[in-house]
Amino acid sequence: MSATGTTRDEIFEILDEVKDPEVPVLSVVELGIIRDARVEDDEVTVTITPTYSGCPAMRVIEEDIRAALVAHGIAAVNVETVYAPAWTTDWLSAGAKQKLEAYGIAPPGPATGDSLMSLTRAPSVAERMRCPYCQSLETTLRSEFGSTACKAIAYCSGCKQPFEVFKAI
Amino acid sequence: MVSVSPAAVPNEFEYLLRLGDDRLVLGHRLSEWCGHAPILEEDIALANIALDLIGQANLLLGLAARIEGKGRDADALAYLRDAIDYRNALLVEMQKGDFAVTIVRQLLYSVFALLQAESLQRSTDADVAGVAAKAVKELRYHVRHSADWVLKLGGGTTESRARAQSAVDDLWPYTGELFLADDVDRAVAQSGFGVDPSPLESSWQSTVRDVLGRAGLTIPDSAYMQRGGRQGRHTEHLGHMLAEMQIVARSHPGASW
Repeated sequence: MSATGTTRDEIFEILDEVKDPEVPVLSVVELGIIRDARVEDDEVTVTITPTYSGCPAMRVIEEDIRAALVAHGIAAVNVETVYAPAWTTDWLSAGAKQKLEAYGIAPPGPATGDSLMSLTRAPSVAERMRCPYCQSLETTLRSEFGSTACKAIAYCSGCKQPFEVFKAI
Repeated sequence: MVSVSPAAVPNEFEYLLRLGDDRLVLGHRLSEWCGHAPILEEDIALANIALDLIGQANLLLGLAARIEGKGRDADALAYLRDAIDYRNALLVEMQKGDFAVTIVRQLLYSVFALLQAESLQRSTDADVAGVAAKAVKELRYHVRHSADWVLKLGGGTTESRARAQSAVDDLWPYTGELFLADDVDRAVAQSGFGVDPSPLESSWQSTVRDVLGRAGLTIPDSAYMQRGGRQGRHTEHLGHMLAEMQIVARSHPGASW
């Protein structure tokens, strides 16, 4: 098929097959990276937003988006990047959060806009982390930063294992 | 003969260089810890913070290059400018020092950068506002990370406390420059494009003093403050850093991999 006659919903369905390279259990649609898709004549313009300013996966994601659309016969693809509104983990659906937990990554809590002063108090992230392996709440934050920009490292005293947690931003 | 009188550089370009260069230089300093941090978690944390800052720098320098309109891009600004053309504050070009120096500098800079980015979210330029809104989320983590460590170092062993105090003493004279406003800052603040740094100082002082106080660290009495980075007058450290940072791009122009 060519882009002509393709609907926005159909584009989103195709893009839902594109997984995030660093969190392959979620699609770029589920992550909220895809902000819009427009079809004009035979051309598709996909608008994306980065999760983090320096996310090294963005270029790969852009290529994967093109490849997925090309595989569906849509050759004329523009990928535009926007920065506003800024990406937030609040855009992850309840279903996406369940998938994360099943994959072994504790899902993010609500992204609250902490004031500057409260940031310098003891971190409260630990209070809402549930171990994705044994569901224990006896967990502690080991590091605010993890193997990728979007994750932190925690430790579960219940099953004595480290686990990753998706940072709430 | 071509006139060599300096053409008027747009204030917005100059302003974005200041924002971008702070982040690029500090991001590079943090990246120097990669593989050398005292524990694995911190190695990862400092590399992550470096990535956030270099990512922000890439966006800001990209916007600067577009405003300049001379065909340069973010890479050209990062890799092909000499120290005299860099506009970062002196604080961020200081050598990484020991872990205490790095952590104390992160606190001093991150609190400033967060206050700056929070105000910059209201920029009349939609791109600048968008980049700032994203940066705010990242900088919140940087503030929390550094404040947490300053408390640990200050309340830790005699040695960790002595090193943290020494870091505060050495770095404090470089903090005043962050809040100095010149014609560039005033012009972009006036138009709504940017933020005048001067009014940010009182919030910065109260937050930083709160953390340092709880860590049992004292602030030097001397009111003398260094300056010059925003005008391109740098310490020797920046030139050495750029030599390392730029060597591949300058030795192999146009190379890609």
